[in-house]
Amino acid sequence: MGLETVFGHSYLTTRLDAAVNWGRRYSFFQYPFVTACCGMEYMSVFASAYDIARFGAEYPRFSPRQADVLFVVGTVNEKLAPVLKRVYEQMCEPKWVVSFGVCATSGGFYDNYATVQGIDKLIPVDIYIPGCPPRPEAVLDALIKLQEKVSKESVLDRKYK
Amino acid sequence: MNTKNTETPKNWSLEALEDGRMVLNMGPSHPAMHGIVRVLLTVQGERVIDSDVEIGYLHRGFEKTCENVTYNQCVPYTDRLNYVSPFINNVGFALAVEKLMGLETPPRCWYIRVIMSELSRLTDHLTCIGANAMELAAFTVYFYLINAREALYRLTDSAAGGRVTPAYTRVGGLTRDLPADFKRDTAEVFKTVRRNLDDADKLLTRNRIFYDRLHNIGRISKEDAVSLSFTGPALRSTGVGLDVRRTAPYLVYDRFDFDIPVGSNGDNYDRYLVRMEEMKQSMRIVEQALAQLPDGPVNHPDFNVTLPPKEDVYGNIEALMAHFKLTFEGVKPPKGEVYQAVEGGNGELGFYIVSDGTGRPWRVRVRAPCFALTGGLSQMIKGGYIADIISTFGQINMIGGELER
Amino acid sequence: MTGRLLETLKARFPDDVLQTHAFRGDETVLLKKEALLKAAVFLKDELGFDFLMDLTAADYLPREPRFELVCHFYSSKHNYRLRLKCPVAGADARVDSLTPLWAGANWFEREAYDMYGIKFDGHPDLRRILMYDGFEGHPLRKDYPLKKRQPRTPHRE
Repeated sequence: MGLETVFGHSYLTTRLDAAVNWGRRYSFFQYPFVTACCGMEYMSVFASAYDIARFGAEYPRFSPRQADVLFVVGTVNEKLAPVLKRVYEQMCEPKWVVSFGVCATSGGFYDNYATVQGIDKLIPVDIYIPGCPPRPEAVLDALIKLQEKVSKESVLDRKYK
Repeated sequence: MNTKNTETPKNWSLEALEDGRMVLNMGPSHPAMHGIVRVLLTVQGERVIDSDVEIGYLHRGFEKTCENVTYNQCVPYTDRLNYVSPFINNVGFALAVEKLMGLETPPRCWYIRVIMSELSRLTDHLTCIGANAMELAAFTVYFYLINAREALYRLTDSAAGGRVTPAYTRVGGLTRDLPADFKRDTAEVFKTVRRNLDDADKLLTRNRIFYDRLHNIGRISKEDAVSLSFTGPALRSTGVGLDVRRTAPYLVYDRFDFDIPVGSNGDNYDRYLVRMEEMKQSMRIVEQALAQLPDGPVNHPDFNVTLPPKEDVYGNIEALMAHFKLTFEGVKPPKGEVYQAVEGGNGELGFYIVSDGTGRPWRVRVRAPCFALTGGLSQMIKGGYIADIISTFGQINMIGGELER
Repeated sequence: MTGRLLETLKARFPDDVLQTHAFRGDETVLLKKEALLKAAVFLKDELGFDFLMDLTAADYLPREPRFELVCHFYSSKHNYRLRLKCPVAGADARVDSLTPLWAGANWFEREAYDMYGIKFDGHPDLRRILMYDGFEGHPLRKDYPLKKRQPRTPHRE
């Protein structure tokens, strides 16, 4: 908004934080960057049984420019690396990244010429979900953790260009 | 059109050619394409004149990795080939190694493998149709079908201990037997699956919009399909009734009564109908297999092939040594090479394994059904609208893990 | 039909068939690579092998000839399978392309080229398929290290 930068850390900005973060954490628009097996569990999380809509994050936006959270779901290899980086760079601030499954987190048990050993070699990551693939419960847990993380942020933390 | 130089930035954006045609880039990360494939289209208005399909965005070195691990360690990697139908991959790989060794597993193991393969075929087709319907804006169907898939996941989870990646088979047997209540649970789950399939059937099969989006779209002739090495539902939709379960019955498929649905038109709608019918046939097979399921062990008795029971490992030295040797050195098939085909969700899934007599395979090659299918994608979308790519791509059921390995 | 197929091929190409065997029931013909195309034509047109199920290669380093091209044919008419192999020398690895006979050979051969560096004469569009432009070497060759990476984009830290 611009105004908060004038006031710095004050009562006004902390109250503003609370309001903004409340809005942000219950209305994530996600960008599912689905590549591999984890996508099957990602589909399950969306469907009726696990129903991610209960957490206010049911809306996948397939345009990076409209998304808040980048879900990197599955293995990223060297051929795909520039694409992932490009998608991340196209997202607007504020943005968060969730690394879904061990392949995205560390390369998993694919340690060879083709794979990238974790997407944090390419882009910054906020939440890592272990599992190959993670069960839907783990994904929901990660989403709650991300909500907690977001609620501790301040509007002053990020630089808006 | 120069598509050879795929790394030049100009291909990343819309580019107009002199004569009114345009080059359009679709993917690799595209909302309506599940999986990451890049299609470079040359379009005239809305019509696709030419296309170049580029794959490899999920190449994770499966074949090279397998050359560096023992045979049993390959099994978890096979899960992640066609991750929508993992059991079929497990079974295919185990059968290939067993063929290489000339090994026969106990009868109960055959039946369990058949049951798990067919449950996997169900999850595969449910996902395929559900995702395809969602991409064509029939979101409700997706929920119904994923609901059925969820029930199946819970069922296979109870047996194998994994929803998507179970790694259930071992060379010479299985990791564990079926749980006690499996038969009863299956009957319950099939009620859900049948109900959800009926719902989807009512919502899709005679739905005007869905029909128009699929009928006569992505047509391929019988001759072209054979020439392109198509197998599975895509081939059967053209009227060729080939199915490895029938032509070369592995395990105990010759003991069951089931039909192979065959289309006539070779278009997306026929592929959809073939898949819907195959699911019903799969449930028939599972029910027959559960009725015939014999008692007995599930693992080969030779401790040079399968791990001895834990109480023996802790109780006597021979079993301990066998356990140690098997874990560290793995099974050692004789020198030779085999090709073993099974009917995967998308068609013939073949494993070609070369052994040099050591505990690690010299060469593991997967004949992935959707590799051939995706190779034919260009031909199937040629002349159609851009929007039709979605339904064609959905119905060939491209699975990145097995396509690019 | 067991055995007869191999005999037929031996009689038809007496100078080109190097070896035949049927390990675990998989009938295999080892053929000189010069004869690959004419043998494939014979299989397709006269013996009814209408499917090229698979085409791949294998690297037998340090043996020479180093590579082996492996084709699996299937006849839907006779419900029969045949494996055909051609030794290919490592120095100048080229063989004839099967694309004039089967359209499906296109991608299989591109993959064999990408993974092993075997060139296919007569292939309409031979370029990498799984790896990217700028990747050096052929990853499935036995002398390519398992973990040798060639990043396309610089890694952080």
